[in-house]
Amino acid sequence: MFPPPLHEKEEHAELREQARRFAREHILASAHAWDEAGEFPRELYGQAAAAGLLGIGYPEELGGTGGDVSHAFAVADELTLEGKSVGTVVGLGSHGIALPPIVFHGTDEQKHRFVPPVLRGEQIAALAITEPGCGSDVAAITTRAVRDGDDYIVNGSKTFITSGCRADLVTTAVRTGGEGHGGISLLVIETDTPGFSVSNKLKKTGWWASDTAELSFDDCRVPAANLIGEENAGFIPIMTNFAGERLMLAGGCVSIAQLAYRESVAYARERRAFGKSLTGFQVIRHKLADMASRIAAAGALVSELTTRHLRGEMVSGLAAMTKNTATDMVTFVADQAVQIHGGYGYMRETVVERLYRDARLYPIGGGTREIMNEIICKTEGY
Amino acid sequence: MKILVALKRVADPDNANKVKIPADGSTIDTAGLEFKPNPFDEYALETALRLTEDGTKPKVRDGEVIVVTFGPADTESTLRAALATGADRAIRVDANDDQLDGLLVAKGLKTLVAEEKPDIVLMGKQAVDGDTNQVGQALAELLDWPMATFAATIEEQEDGLVVGREVDGGVLELSIKYPAVVTVDLRIVSPSSVYSTKTDRSFKYNEGVRFSPLPAIMQARRKPLDTKSLADLVDDTGLKINYLRFEAPPARLAGVKVADAAELVDKLKNEAKVL
Repeated sequence: MFPPPLHEKEEHAELREQARRFAREHILASAHAWDEAGEFPRELYGQAAAAGLLGIGYPEELGGTGGDVSHAFAVADELTLEGKSVGTVVGLGSHGIALPPIVFHGTDEQKHRFVPPVLRGEQIAALAITEPGCGSDVAAITTRAVRDGDDYIVNGSKTFITSGCRADLVTTAVRTGGEGHGGISLLVIETDTPGFSVSNKLKKTGWWASDTAELSFDDCRVPAANLIGEENAGFIPIMTNFAGERLMLAGGCVSIAQLAYRESVAYARERRAFGKSLTGFQVIRHKLADMASRIAAAGALVSELTTRHLRGEMVSGLAAMTKNTATDMVTFVADQAVQIHGGYGYMRETVVERLYRDARLYPIGGGTREIMNEIICKTEGY
Repeated sequence: MKILVALKRVADPDNANKVKIPADGSTIDTAGLEFKPNPFDEYALETALRLTEDGTKPKVRDGEVIVVTFGPADTESTLRAALATGADRAIRVDANDDQLDGLLVAKGLKTLVAEEKPDIVLMGKQAVDGDTNQVGQALAELLDWPMATFAATIEEQEDGLVVGREVDGGVLELSIKYPAVVTVDLRIVSPSSVYSTKTDRSFKYNEGVRFSPLPAIMQARRKPLDTKSLADLVDDTGLKINYLRFEAPPARLAGVKVADAAELVDKLKNEAKVL
């Protein structure tokens, strides 16, 4: 067992208790079933909102419950550890990347129109940047929004959109100007707009309980009042949004790895071979010790990143380093967890089998391992 | 409406296997144990909150809810959590568990009741550590107040409460006048178990105890929490109950497989002697 991160205070401990209880009462029993079903019930958003867990990190005047990313991470951590469904947690949290651009760059009218219904759990919000032909190279997106009177006409498509199948509003990166990063804007597209469609519900390696969509925009008429910030100034908000997302993803790696480790310790204690429990074998004990050490190291780095981020320091380099450290760690830990579980680790109803698949996303999503290294090169100046 | 809720902190019942007893059986070793509020006392607090609100406006307290615990300084986190749930203020009576028994706690509560003058004292039917089930009854006797134990439902009236108690073969309804002592059972936190006069009978609560959102957790740190010593409340702090020896229950033996129903009946009758 690991102590709570060093930056956490008494209120984090109480919040963790609330999240633990919510996960036990509302997620744990269905973790496997929701993964197999490819989604969790929509009511869960409302239940999480009622428990005060959806609005963390958002101001109270927008229906949030205050707090910052450290509180959001404490909640996500406990939901993962006690609910054991990574897909459910990331699906429930998809507004965590969709809403910040609105909160930080939107007008008061936009904030009050878009944010409170999501934080009440009545609407689902998603972020759409990636396109079928363009992922890491955000400046190359081709989904086009052409101004027509008080509207934009949007054409194009987006893919790998978390919660996209059920989203009510999608914070979408569109090209409103010329080529490159200077021609990109952020537009909130409501999914009941004619011309919007979910072209595909994607089948993934992991994160099954969270739906992932390919979206199509076909002459989709979106009010210009939904433009977030200035026209053609969307690139910076997109990039700053990534810092918070990377922190949460790195933290997610630590949560997944801790869960895989807990499951492995419990299994190794219980499972017997050659007349003793697996923990009686030094080779297994050392595997567990290596897992624990790497989790502790990545966890410490996530805590440092959180602390510096909250102090207002520029952390894009550190965030990239933390994400790579955490994703390498979870790749190792999830693999070792499956190995310790043997044949059971390869079976679908085993928790670590699911975690092994869930973990594969992290070196890819929210900026690949390779892009992280490019960011580090840039901030290090070589 | 003013309600005093007595809360006890207990060793986490989900980790009961961590409870250790030294070889001489003189005590229970509490080192390394995680503590939780006694679940029945949490239900009592939820009941108090339901009785002092309109269910549709749970942030507005109509009346006052005071939580009290008897325990060392680290039980203040239990009280803070109760304040985060919605209680208005808290009192900690400084004492260790081994300095307390049910009657002493009841006597301490009696003095607090004289000071606070609540309309109702609410608590769990028992604490899940010692399971002595004494404090509520002893307090009612000391105060000479009406009492309802094991409440499964409560409906507020103008001058008292209608309390439903689940008994063998049905539900017993008691009508009691204020002031009163009520201890609650687990079904008190069902969606339709408790109604204040402000809450419409069509309203359904969420099952269980309410969650505390972050703003309430932060506010709870600023709510008043008084500390009193046991000697301030009770003249004679001597124990009436002394524990002589503790021992762990025997480890469960492995089961046996039976071939058929006849063998099962035979074993139940002649070995287990339960038939």
